Amino acid sequence: MSMKSASMNPLSILKSRLRTACAATALLLAAGGIAQAADLNALIWCDHSDPALLQPFEQANNVKVNVKEFEGTGAGLAIVEQSQPGDWDVMVIDSIDVPRGVEKGLFEPLPEDKLPLADMFPQVKMDGSTVVGGKRYGITEKFGYNTIGYNKTKVDPADMQSLASLTSDKYKGKVAIYDYYLPVIGMAALAIGKKTADLTEADLPALKAELLKMKANAKLVGEVTASQTALATGEVDILVGGGEWVTAGLAKENPALDFSIPKEGAVLWSQSLAMFKDSKNKDMALKFIQYIMSPEGQARLATSSCYWGMPSNTKAALTDDQKKVLRFDEQPEFLARAQAYPAPNADLDKKMQDMWTEMLQAK
Amino acid sequence: MSSAGNNGRALPWALVTPALGWTLLFFVLPFIAMGLSSLTVHEGGSFTLSNYSQFFTNPSYWQAMVNSLQVTAIVTVVSVLLAYPFAWILAEQVPERWQRLALMLAVLPFWTSYVVRSYSWLLVLAQNGVINRALTGSALITEPLQLANTRFATVTGFVHFFVMLLTLTIFANLKQLSPSYRKAAADLGAGPVRTFLHVVLPLTLPGIMVGAFLTFVLCIGDYITPQILGGNNELLMPQLVMMQIGRRGDFPLASALAIILMAVVTVAYLACARWLKIERA
Repeated sequence: MSMKSASMNPLSILKSRLRTACAATALLLAAGGIAQAADLNALIWCDHSDPALLQPFEQANNVKVNVKEFEGTGAGLAIVEQSQPGDWDVMVIDSIDVPRGVEKGLFEPLPEDKLPLADMFPQVKMDGSTVVGGKRYGITEKFGYNTIGYNKTKVDPADMQSLASLTSDKYKGKVAIYDYYLPVIGMAALAIGKKTADLTEADLPALKAELLKMKANAKLVGEVTASQTALATGEVDILVGGGEWVTAGLAKENPALDFSIPKEGAVLWSQSLAMFKDSKNKDMALKFIQYIMSPEGQARLATSSCYWGMPSNTKAALTDDQKKVLRFDEQPEFLARAQAYPAPNADLDKKMQDMWTEMLQAK
Repeated sequence: MSSAGNNGRALPWALVTPALGWTLLFFVLPFIAMGLSSLTVHEGGSFTLSNYSQFFTNPSYWQAMVNSLQVTAIVTVVSVLLAYPFAWILAEQVPERWQRLALMLAVLPFWTSYVVRSYSWLLVLAQNGVINRALTGSALITEPLQLANTRFATVTGFVHFFVMLLTLTIFANLKQLSPSYRKAAADLGAGPVRTFLHVVLPLTLPGIMVGAFLTFVLCIGDYITPQILGGNNELLMPQLVMMQIGRRGDFPLASALAIILMAVVTVAYLACARWLKIERA
């Protein structure tokens, strides 16, 4: 339905007014905090809330960065929808979801000549998503792989070179599954020999069968902290969907944790920074994006206390030890075997989520 | 009509206005917004009942409600069975001068956040946790038991919290019970067991039911504990609601599921109120 016809629906009008009233109340109550504010308001994932990342920028530019964390594009866009235009300056978003923000008219094109695009790993620029209508609306800042995370003292590392091991009886009850349907469905697709970019509704039965086999072997399905904890405490030995974002952060405490890019490949995750069209502080927003994309910012973001991940800038100022943990030198080979997140349309996305729900309920 | 009469009527309204305003602003309006949202199409806004029909036609959605009701019923029953003796000991056996300290210890779990408490239980119940280490260390078992990431773990986490809530409500009821009832029962020849079953228990049922209802409401709507302790091996309703919001931002479907959950709580309240006639108490 078009925006116009939606706006003419009496139910929608009433709903919209009530939502506006609720949002206005919430903003009124929050006004104290925002008013004292601060010069840059950022909707972010937890890796950007690390003081070690933000403080150098704040000190260098004499600004305060106000951050609000969210999980999932839907939740992030809902926050924007319930805010006033101009409340937010920058947003971190899944690269594949940049077009969703552009369709809603939220984002401002970024000046390519002022960004270090030439220094980025070419495969993670994700121009298919970050460039819309010939204009760049997002820039990939960090990436990694949803793949197999494991404890190399508990499993045979050779087995971890194949996704088939995930459903093998040998590892029954030793597996956790990362609780995000898109990348794990992507891994199931790789396991059955499908390309993540080509998935259609006709593939759902085969994908479901593969997911159910994974679930039968799994002890738990957990979000970031729970799945990381399960691997770190020895509750499980393998994490399906976990890559360097799980093992790299724990490497100092437990060097036995590692990840593999199996022969079938891995699913590339990629997060982008975007600037809001209604930002009242676009100059500072651009400075923030430039800082995050700079070698120093990239190193700090990559090793954030919340989770580690590969910086998209090849010149990131990482130490040799950090590069080793992130397996920096192996990236060209990993990237060659990686496939992007599935990017289903709304209908297929809904069906995939329902399939995921069925998998969770399966005994 | 006299001005004194007007003032007499105006004062109660003035006193309840802040509470009414609060309820209107933070419950009624959001509830109406949620109700309207539940009747619209995601990414469209046109009127539909499909969000509700999805719940009744999708077996995995329906299963989430069944799971929620089962877990909530188990938690409520176990909590009552544990809380009653505890409350009775507190009210009847602990000297009055120690009761304040005992009550303070009883409310200690409320000082800890859901998240911390749940992760603490995870460390206790995990494969390398306190219980499994104790059992394997004492050679009672050879292989660690699967305790974490199960329904058992979810129920344990819930019971730890709610048993104290129930204890407090039952304790308050027991303290209000006049000793003369028990004396009268004894004078009429009833022994301690008969007195308890026919006098004390019926008179403390309102306390039990109020506590059980609070347990039911808090348990069926909790997201954190099953998410951390249940290992997502079975979905409960709050988790299903959150799933709709995370990536897809399907607030209409999430609203419909939340309203269905609320309807179940309302039915539980009405049953509770009708049975005990607490609305007339």
